[in-house]
Amino acid sequence: MLNLVKTISKTQELTYELKINDVMDTNFQTVNSDMSVSSLREVLRKKRILGVPVVDNNELVGIVSIEDFIKCMEQGKLGDTVETMMTKDVKTLFADEPLIHAVMKFDEFGFSRFPVITRTDNKLVGIVTKIDIIKGILKKLETAYQDEEERKYRASHIFNDIIADNISIELKYFIEGKNFDKAGEASTGLKKTLNRLGFPPEIVRRVSISTYEAEINIVSYTEKGEIIAYIDSNQIRMVIKDEGPGISDVSKAMEPGFSTAPGWVRELGFGAGMGLPNIKKFTDKMILTSVVGKGTTLETVINLENYNKENKNEEEK
Amino acid sequence: MKLKEIKEILEAEVLTGSYDANIEIDIGCSSDLMSDILAFAKPGVILLTSLTNIQVINTANIADIKAICFVMGKTPSESMINMAEKNSICILKTKLTTFESCGLLYKNGIKSCDYTTFDEFKNYII
Repeated sequence: MLNLVKTISKTQELTYELKINDVMDTNFQTVNSDMSVSSLREVLRKKRILGVPVVDNNELVGIVSIEDFIKCMEQGKLGDTVETMMTKDVKTLFADEPLIHAVMKFDEFGFSRFPVITRTDNKLVGIVTKIDIIKGILKKLETAYQDEEERKYRASHIFNDIIADNISIELKYFIEGKNFDKAGEASTGLKKTLNRLGFPPEIVRRVSISTYEAEINIVSYTEKGEIIAYIDSNQIRMVIKDEGPGISDVSKAMEPGFSTAPGWVRELGFGAGMGLPNIKKFTDKMILTSVVGKGTTLETVINLENYNKENKNEEEK
Repeated sequence: MKLKEIKEILEAEVLTGSYDANIEIDIGCSSDLMSDILAFAKPGVILLTSLTNIQVINTANIADIKAICFVMGKTPSESMINMAEKNSICILKTKLTTFESCGLLYKNGIKSCDYTTFDEFKNYII
């Protein structure tokens, strides 16, 4: 029984999944039927192609290939027009047909290329060659492979594997001050981790943008600091601490456009006084405490309750 | 609009090895101030900037920006390009100015990011 089950390879499966539309070349060359054979030679040579569809007034009237051209040359008819040498009974494919139809037609007719037309108005929209098919399948395999790679790193299962009434995770990042080459490493690392933990893109985005601005602040104004993310089922709480000079007027620092940033920070595309307002914009709660000469602590909270609720509703559905 | 059309409109050159010509991009944003980009860039936009340092790539990564076009012929460093490739961000480069690039894209139907939520900032009281 077992050996009766036909195994279908991934590539074969893809030829059913993909449409001709997905792989065809839409940036193709056409010629008119009244073109001379010698001009055709130039087109084929310049574009490095072996065949080209013939189009008059937006209508597909034929197809010529390098073989037709060679025949023409043998017969010494280089002065003729494309019309006399082209194949008029053109075999075409529809753009919305599955790729397997193209594969079958290549086998059936032994041609090197097929013009692709729309089913609705027979408009020529592309050309498909065997190479296009191979390229299309390879590309699809590549994306599938990348997805698989990402899935391999998914860590969201730990929430299912660990048995507890509440799980909380603490992530800590150390920030080196004044080093702009490394600035952003903590935030991008945190972003990647949150993605792997399976948080929705909007939450990940809000956490990482607010953290990135805070990280830039630590790098710009202080010698060192740290970012700690406390993640539990209800919220993501961030504590961002530094041992910097402190902020003398916290409410002034919160004003959009207020900045004490030195020139080198501004040159890097920051320091326009939008950092703290941005953090406020992307978080649900923000507490900034600072002691001049001692340092600054920023605490932000992003609620997950609404997200959890939506999730539950969906599960119930 | 597909990325390859944007590339043609801006007469741009692709600098990253991985280049998906068929990514759909309908919204654009432009600034040399990365905080502005973080504040209002929507996911999947194209960023036009004349700023060339590693923080542009970090910003794009954090804000889910899929493509960056450096204007006025400015060239990002090798390490920036590597970092962009690692994060599947496509990098382009055009000789046009910011003004010309934005104008051409806008004329061809690329929309701007909505920044009206920015007004909230004026009312912040801590």
